[in-house]
Amino acid sequence: MSKSSNIDAYRRKFLLGVAGTATAVTVAPGLLLRQAGAKAPSEEISDKNRWGMLIDVDRLPNGGQGVVDACKKEHGWGDEAHSNDQQKAHWVRTVHVKEKLTEHEFDLPVMCQHCETAPCADVCPTGASFRREDGVVLVDKHICIGCRYCMMACPYKARSLVHEALFDQKAHSPRGKGTVESCTMCVHRIDVGRLPACVEASNGAIIFGDLNDKNSEISQALKARGGKQIRADLGLNTGVRYQGI
Amino acid sequence: MFGKVHNIFVTIALLGLTTLLLTGCGDTPPEPRLETAKAKAEQCVEPTDVMRKDHMEFILHERDETMYEGIRSSKHSFKGCINCHIPAADAQGKPVNYLTADHDLNPEHFCATCHAYVGVKLNCFDCHSDNPEGAAPADSTHANVNGNGGVAHE
Amino acid sequence: MSSKKVIYSEVENSGIGYYGLLALFGLFLLGGVIAFFTMEHNGHYITGMNNQTVWGLPHIFAIFLIVAASGALNIGSIGTVFGKKIYQPLGRLSGLIAIALLIGGLVVLLLDLGRVDHVIQMATGHLNFKSIFAWNMILYSGFLGLVGLYLWAMMSRSRLAKKLYRSMGVSAFTWRLILTTGTGSIFGFLVARQAFDAAILAPLFIVLSFSLGLATFLIILMAAYRWTQREVGDAILNRLRYLLAVFILGVLLLEVTRHLTNLYATEHHGVEAFILGGGNLYSNLFWYGYILFGTLAPLALIFCRLLKNSRAALLLAAILTALGGFALLYVIVIGGQAYPLVLFPNAEISSTYFDGVITAYKPGMWEWLLGLAGVALVLIIITVAVKVLRFMPLSLADSVVDPHAK
Repeated sequence: MSKSSNIDAYRRKFLLGVAGTATAVTVAPGLLLRQAGAKAPSEEISDKNRWGMLIDVDRLPNGGQGVVDACKKEHGWGDEAHSNDQQKAHWVRTVHVKEKLTEHEFDLPVMCQHCETAPCADVCPTGASFRREDGVVLVDKHICIGCRYCMMACPYKARSLVHEALFDQKAHSPRGKGTVESCTMCVHRIDVGRLPACVEASNGAIIFGDLNDKNSEISQALKARGGKQIRADLGLNTGVRYQGI
Repeated sequence: MFGKVHNIFVTIALLGLTTLLLTGCGDTPPEPRLETAKAKAEQCVEPTDVMRKDHMEFILHERDETMYEGIRSSKHSFKGCINCHIPAADAQGKPVNYLTADHDLNPEHFCATCHAYVGVKLNCFDCHSDNPEGAAPADSTHANVNGNGGVAHE
Repeated sequence: MSSKKVIYSEVENSGIGYYGLLALFGLFLLGGVIAFFTMEHNGHYITGMNNQTVWGLPHIFAIFLIVAASGALNIGSIGTVFGKKIYQPLGRLSGLIAIALLIGGLVVLLLDLGRVDHVIQMATGHLNFKSIFAWNMILYSGFLGLVGLYLWAMMSRSRLAKKLYRSMGVSAFTWRLILTTGTGSIFGFLVARQAFDAAILAPLFIVLSFSLGLATFLIILMAAYRWTQREVGDAILNRLRYLLAVFILGVLLLEVTRHLTNLYATEHHGVEAFILGGGNLYSNLFWYGYILFGTLAPLALIFCRLLKNSRAALLLAAILTALGGFALLYVIVIGGQAYPLVLFPNAEISSTYFDGVITAYKPGMWEWLLGLAGVALVLIIITVAVKVLRFMPLSLADSVVDPHAK
């Protein structure tokens, strides 16, 4: 990825022009990130941020079905006409858990946990599965060969292969036959300073924010009350944490 | 003897190529469907001759910037191309897709006009949306395929 | 020292039988081509594979062929690297079968990909060296190159070839050990799943490659010599017969160890009960397919005194070993995926997306066609190669190969 200097020059010039518009766009809809460090569209991501989510399952009605529906609507997955139930895409699902001994029960939404050391990215032969500098784990479908090794490696069954040709995808969420996909933490939103769709739909039960910023709401909440990882034994240091599980 | 056979093949190949080239000469390049974009702006994001030559370079560069650096303000955005160049709806009020319902290249689609002519296959639309944001997808030619699964497509 | 000089020659007697064989293989290959284009056009929904069982029957075929490829080379290596003279006449055939098997396996693997067209980008630097898959790409192409050189060293009359013969043999042998370690590690590196994530998978795959490679080699050797009316003596066949037994026992040892260590760890009790506990396809494949028919039956065929020197018994033993190995791979790879991921230990888990339940996988027609086409491709390469180049010794009779023949 070589960057020619004239592109950089262009970017600097462009930033000036865009800055005003960007601010307007960011602030206007009232969905702006409450945390410091919210990103402008023109800004390059960096490892100064690590985006994460804290999900309070006790506060999510219906096991989080609402956030699943919001994700589906945002990205358009799950309605593949030809695929059977085992083949349909699932970026997020609600899982019911009942501890055998104590009979304690709870529901939680399970999606890509945006691991710091993501097994999917480790095993991907082409590097299509990768972790962005700001901690979001994505698939670069332009170089994904559809080998599904990442799906074998994921401890959360968070990834799906698209089993058929798709049409009329969402403009902000490209998806296509033969490539693997999963939760993107709504990068198209957070890159322009908006909240992920599930967070918006969660009625405050999901906090989104910067795990690296000790003053952010999510860091404060995690510090005060803790947050569990699914399969913490694997030591993946996930970006998605849970309370109430 | 081998040389002779070889020569015959070369001759046939050359003849074929010439015929192909001559056929090409007979055609005039199709007019790209620019009216949709022209209605929105006088000028594309770069001068026309630059765009003609380098549009894929711009898109590729933008793609990596967005994918890996999260930059979503580039004027060379793929979404930008689609939003400006593809009409929101055709005469019947339906979205203009890259492929027709019969999976042929749609001559109404700006990208398809040129790419069909130069014979360069595009696979952008395997994943990317081929019509402007907000152009009611429910009315699309493929809606029945993707939506309710009524029509199987081959 | 051999009592006679070994003469290699192309297959000459090629009547209807030869071309009929090629046509039959070609038919299977055509089936695979059709399967590939159909899958490529429609997407994977037409197969039985899904988001629960992401690797299916094509992968079993591919892994079988790749593993057998490295094993088939052993026969040559024993002659070259370990200096066993009796194996040396088999060296050329061994290298050829190894190359053919690897190509067949790789083609199946490749044609099952979701976006084959994107593979070309890997050549332009999109390669992740933390991935054992990426390493395998290099290991596989290196294997093809090295075995090619090894074959050249065996077949060329130049002085240079003779000088390099041993070092080529050693490099190819070393490389193949690394290669099978890489193939086993594909699964050994999967921390997420209960059935995988064990370092023992790498040595298990190495020993499995010994037995599957030798079994495949034996089947092809016996068929080829019978159909070309060339002679194979008991001396060489009995060497291979007992070698096969040793390899079968080696696989059994590692497989038993793998299950015993798993049974010791509480977290693996669930998956072990599933595979060993009976009452499902994978248990049946394991106990009947791998243990009974794939291990005990061939051992009995090899060691039964009544069947001493019996060619039919040896052929059957080799076929059963190969099928048993196939069953074992099926149990490991697909059984391992059928068992659900453990998100929360000691809890019952359910969802609308098959969490906490054993998932079903039924290979469809396209997967069979693709897998069998891989086998057909292997056989086509071998069948054509032995006709155009001197891979097969004219005779493997005892007097030719055995220095101690009476």
